[in-house]
Amino acid sequence: MQLIPCPWCGPREEAEFHYGGQAHVAYPEDPSALSDEEWAQYVFFRENPSGPFAERWSHSAGCRRWFNAVRDTRTHDLIAVYRAGEPMPEVIS
Amino acid sequence: MSSPPGAHLPEHPDFLWENPEPKASYDVVVVGGGGHGLATAYYLAKVHGITNVAVLEKGWLAGGNMARNTTIIRSNYLWDESSGIYEHSLKLWEGLEEDLGYPILFDQRGVLNLAHSLQDVRDSVRRVNANRLNGIDAEWVDPAGVKEICPIVNISQDVRYPVLGATYQPRAGIAKHDYVAWGYARAAHAMGVDLIQNCEVTGLETSGGRITAVETSRGRIAAGKVALCAAGHSSVLAKMVGLRLPLASHPLQALVSELLEPVHPTVVMSNAVHVYVSQAHKGELVMGAGIDSYNGYGQRGSFHIIEQQMSAALELFPIFARAHLLRTWAGIVDVSPDASPIVGLTPVGGLYLNCGWGTGGFKATPGVGHCFAHTIANDKPHPFNEPFTLERFTTGALVDEHGAAAVAH
Amino acid sequence: MNFRKPTGGAIDRNTVLRFTFNGQLLTGHPGDTLASALLANGVHEVGSSVKLGRPRGIVAAGSEDPTSLVQIETPYSEPMLLATTVELFDGLEARGLAGQGRLSPEPDPARYDAKHEHCDVLVVGAGPAGLVAALTAARSGARVVLVDEQNQAGGALLGVDEYLDDRPSAEWVADIVAELKTTPGVLVLERTTAFGMYQDGFVLALQKRTDHLGFAAPASVARQRVWRIRTKQTVLATGAHERPVVFANNDRPGIMLASSARTFLHRYGVLPGSRAVVFTTNDSAYCAAIDLAESGVDIPLIVDARPEAPARLATECAARGIEVRAGHVVTGTEGSSRVTDVHVAPLGDGHPDTVVCDTLLVSGGWNPVVSLFSQARGKLRYDSSLGAFVPGEELASVRVAGSATGELDLNACARQGRDAGAAAVVAAGFTPGGQVPLPVSDSRCTQRTGLVLWRVPGDEDASFVDLQRDATVTDVLRATGAGLRSLEHIKRYTTIGTAHDQGKTSGMIAAGIVAEALGVELADQRPTTFRPPYTSVSFAALAGRDRGELHDPVRVTAIHRWHVAHGALFENVAQWKRPWYYPRDGEDLHAAVLRECRATRESVGMMDGSTLGKIDVQGRDAGKFLDMLYTNMMSTLKVGRIRYGVMCGVDGMVIDDGTVIRVGEERFLVTTTTGNAAKILDWMEEWLQTEWPHLDVHCTSVTEHWATIPLVGPKSRDVLAAVAPSLDVSNEAFEFMTWHDTRVAGVPARVCRISFSGELAYEINVTAWHGLAVWEALMEAGSPYGITPYGTETMHVLRAEKGYPIIGQETDATVTPQDLGMSWAVSKKKPDFIGKRSFSRAENLRTDRKQLVGLLPVDPNVLLPEGSQIVETDRLPEPPVRMLGHVTSSYPSAALGRTFALALVRSGHERVGETLYVPVEDALVPVTVTESVLYDKEGARRDG
Repeated sequence: MQLIPCPWCGPREEAEFHYGGQAHVAYPEDPSALSDEEWAQYVFFRENPSGPFAERWSHSAGCRRWFNAVRDTRTHDLIAVYRAGEPMPEVIS
Repeated sequence: MSSPPGAHLPEHPDFLWENPEPKASYDVVVVGGGGHGLATAYYLAKVHGITNVAVLEKGWLAGGNMARNTTIIRSNYLWDESSGIYEHSLKLWEGLEEDLGYPILFDQRGVLNLAHSLQDVRDSVRRVNANRLNGIDAEWVDPAGVKEICPIVNISQDVRYPVLGATYQPRAGIAKHDYVAWGYARAAHAMGVDLIQNCEVTGLETSGGRITAVETSRGRIAAGKVALCAAGHSSVLAKMVGLRLPLASHPLQALVSELLEPVHPTVVMSNAVHVYVSQAHKGELVMGAGIDSYNGYGQRGSFHIIEQQMSAALELFPIFARAHLLRTWAGIVDVSPDASPIVGLTPVGGLYLNCGWGTGGFKATPGVGHCFAHTIANDKPHPFNEPFTLERFTTGALVDEHGAAAVAH
Repeated sequence: MNFRKPTGGAIDRNTVLRFTFNGQLLTGHPGDTLASALLANGVHEVGSSVKLGRPRGIVAAGSEDPTSLVQIETPYSEPMLLATTVELFDGLEARGLAGQGRLSPEPDPARYDAKHEHCDVLVVGAGPAGLVAALTAARSGARVVLVDEQNQAGGALLGVDEYLDDRPSAEWVADIVAELKTTPGVLVLERTTAFGMYQDGFVLALQKRTDHLGFAAPASVARQRVWRIRTKQTVLATGAHERPVVFANNDRPGIMLASSARTFLHRYGVLPGSRAVVFTTNDSAYCAAIDLAESGVDIPLIVDARPEAPARLATECAARGIEVRAGHVVTGTEGSSRVTDVHVAPLGDGHPDTVVCDTLLVSGGWNPVVSLFSQARGKLRYDSSLGAFVPGEELASVRVAGSATGELDLNACARQGRDAGAAAVVAAGFTPGGQVPLPVSDSRCTQRTGLVLWRVPGDEDASFVDLQRDATVTDVLRATGAGLRSLEHIKRYTTIGTAHDQGKTSGMIAAGIVAEALGVELADQRPTTFRPPYTSVSFAALAGRDRGELHDPVRVTAIHRWHVAHGALFENVAQWKRPWYYPRDGEDLHAAVLRECRATRESVGMMDGSTLGKIDVQGRDAGKFLDMLYTNMMSTLKVGRIRYGVMCGVDGMVIDDGTVIRVGEERFLVTTTTGNAAKILDWMEEWLQTEWPHLDVHCTSVTEHWATIPLVGPKSRDVLAAVAPSLDVSNEAFEFMTWHDTRVAGVPARVCRISFSGELAYEINVTAWHGLAVWEALMEAGSPYGITPYGTETMHVLRAEKGYPIIGQETDATVTPQDLGMSWAVSKKKPDFIGKRSFSRAENLRTDRKQLVGLLPVDPNVLLPEGSQIVETDRLPEPPVRMLGHVTSSYPSAALGRTFALALVRSGHERVGETLYVPVEDALVPVTVTESVLYDKEGARRDG
């Protein structure tokens, strides 16, 4: 079980968190302007890298805030956490 | 007391496969030496006469999900598309031991899928009826019937989530995963397929929109066609040609107990409480856990998942209280948005995709191997994998099997 | 025959414990394990092997033992325990196993629990290195946890009679433990095995709290406890296991690891036999030989595989009449249930001598215990002088000390412990305190590096690599001969290392034999992966308290007591217990539901709707926000009014529905389905926080704050009027889809005029505190009308008669609002809402989608089973049969005087009037497709 440093509450057990997949995937400004292919990319397609991955977590059994993290999917080590709206730290090489 | 456990198990053959150096070029390179890759190579050689084939495996053959799954085989999926390919697979399983000339311990001991809520019951009956009309053996059994098939299931109505009944597929069962892989490997090797271990694919080479070669840790290998059978690593490989896949790779844990006298004659699965368990041939309880929520390539999950698993298992099987956990492990399952696979052509000529099997990969091994080989040989999908295109995510023609997959994704 | 020495060992000879083994009554003493007590009684044969049925004895003294598997039967049956780790208690009944245990069908009466512990430094192993590490850490003021699997600290020192600093080692151990136990912030856990090492310093340990007490175990104390330890730094002082050498017939009872025999001698005062041959590749076995000889065991011979015996030890042996034969090996043994003879020959080739004995002690060197280090993802390195894998890198938060590193000298091990403890506290942010002095040992065994010898050539069919799995050298060579190269393949082919011991003593040897067979360097081989748990853990211990009622929380409403008292049967809906129906004497489900339906449609009924999810949505942008979430328009809703709404996922599939009431300009109260309440709150917060943080909206779950009571039926107005005298309940003053705040039964209430049945109906909401009182007041006020409480089943029938779908029953994540015939609830005006874009995908535009319709069986008495499939023809073709859809809901209807069903049917909306067929068992039931609304299509009953 990982120890996840919530940027609001500090380190807490993984069981308190909810996973939200890839971060920084914005809802399209005008979905009606997208082709079916482009829309499908938004709805279903996410990055799935082996290595550092910017992803979303919610401290669902704590402060209930969503935040972002960069985590290495090979080791599961959290490299950085940052609040929603903050830019991704320069950790992905 | 009958013969000691394990005494009845078959002996392995004295020869399995050679370990050749890769050749400079093959007609077909299969990336991934797991069950699907080996089966694909086997059917390419056997059915289509394509034997100038290499199977590239970055570790040891069948050391990924093939070595880590709980070996459940069944075909009682809800939708026509799924029941088509899984039933095709089950029929191949039924003749596989003879086909491969190798003991695979395929044991049709039946699978119970338990229902714990009134909606579970409706969904289960719906699936049973669909299965029967699709020619798949399936029945709905009430709690007393569950007890008759598997006497150790707690059917008391006085528990948190009582068993309200189950679907039962008598032809379902288990097999010995390693033996299946080795059987395919041995047979493929015997027909001329090169099985190359410790050979990691590091790049895919294309020219004019067609695949031409693979770059590997053991050098460049030219290829007429390349077939990806890399399960959890599919996204990484596809990305080498700029292809995005709608997949997330997650840890999926499983565990095994010590050897125990037979108590569990069938396979029991419960979606609602995330349990699937069988007792393997030597007597160990083999159990699958829930999927870890996060993406992960680390082949390890979090322990609280195992603890939850145990709590759910003991609700259903109080007799397991003092069984002991001997070993836990994790595989990497590539999960698609509709819990159905992606098998077919890609925008790159000569590059074929087989992924997204989530928790369903093992049971599909012969079926998908057979259909994928057909797809590769004919550059055209087999009717059974035709629905499982990448395009379905654009059109919306999904095959949503969340209800039938063993684990709620 | 008695093999107990008259003195010595940490046992209480004044107390006699009686136990039975395989039905034979035997005795032992407190401090014994089952294994030491058996050996004291001369019993070596414990069980038999799994495949070949050969006798199996006791090889090691601890948890690494590959063979001594027993089933204990008292006080409760438990399979597959090692005799070497079962502490003896009075009344113990045990029997040996043939590699397979038995699960008891009796319910396990024991309790289990789990505890979280946070510390700065965790030390695993209370041997010399671990003790010094823990004390060093403790003196810095850090929070320290020391766990050890034995019932007392000391580790390897428990098995020797050596002196440290010129006093018995037990005193040195006791002093350190005493200081640890009196230092604030230090927790010492005995009988506690760290079995799993995970991410971020998360270590799982199992504490056996009462097993050793047997029948005296208090029922109120959890038998076993899982410690979930979160530590900043870990020192692994997990020690080393002696490994054997493989030779022909190396599996007979009486063949034991040399250091284990020494442990049985010193810790338990037990002699392994009368006449023991020793076979070694290193110095340590000499100590065992000398100690045993001094305790009266006849040691005719030490067989040392090294070309030269260690001079000083050889001299000591000579002084005791022990012959040492260097450059020799054991090539085989004789005996059946016990070794009787040993064959000894020069290493290489030569004529064997036979030596008579009843015990053969073996030492093939030492394997550092690296399981936890490997679980922590530490890389291992092959040490060719040890013939073992050792920690091959330093980890930021995990240090290894003592013989777990491969170091075998006690003083050096203690120094590593001190260094590791000091480094750990510094890394955890502390300053090391007073330095712990390092002990000096008087051991005569200087631990000169031994010879790495995996096996002695001989009968390969009888040379056992894994004694528990009956896997022999032949099996290994067959595997390599079959073309297998990877250790993982060979393990799977031979099953070596897959038994209860997970290869603790066999794994390294197997790797060595494979490397020899293949002619490769072990340094180039990847060892097989160590996985949790280090030793086996019962399922029940891991389940802990989360069983029975605590398996998952039960949620009940404020009115639940009343439902129970009035005989309701309950349905699990998510975590809630909801009244399903209220049977009267002799009624089955159908009879009760027909009665409840009839009473409601003809007079008045009511139900407990408190489980509906309720979310208070507030803020300047609340309307705008809800416009994005619902398919229909919410921002135009006027204060005081109510609107039904549907929510879709981004894929355009219906995920939930419910009513939205506008409480104020900037405040809405949203209801969700019972099962989806938490998911919808999550959904809202996710969109708000991750996509639209600029919106001023706040969402709060108020599900449990309100008791919600739908009061339904033509007489509901009269009942409400009776309990809400200040409310004008007339149709003009209180319109459909509006709400009013008032007082009901004297308490503040919000009454909504909504209907999920088509009848005149009111939904009365009061704070949960008043729920029961208001419910009872309504029952009383309704009694002149025969008011009837009804459950979820009647609610389902009433809504189905009106064609209202239940999300999750009529839908399955593949159904759009249009499929449900709810295009009216999909806004054409809004530029966007979640799911809208998906409605124009190719698949959504097909006209042959499955759509919600009604089905009327041609025979009005036939009830279609829910979940039935629907086909087009009155005869079934061969499978696969084309299916048009399925029955989602099906009921007998009091109002319709017949059965009816709802179904999703391909092109259903176009098929109204068609006859289709439903296979039910062996028959095909003809049904007529209708619109989904079957009752009161004009809506005449809505206003009473």
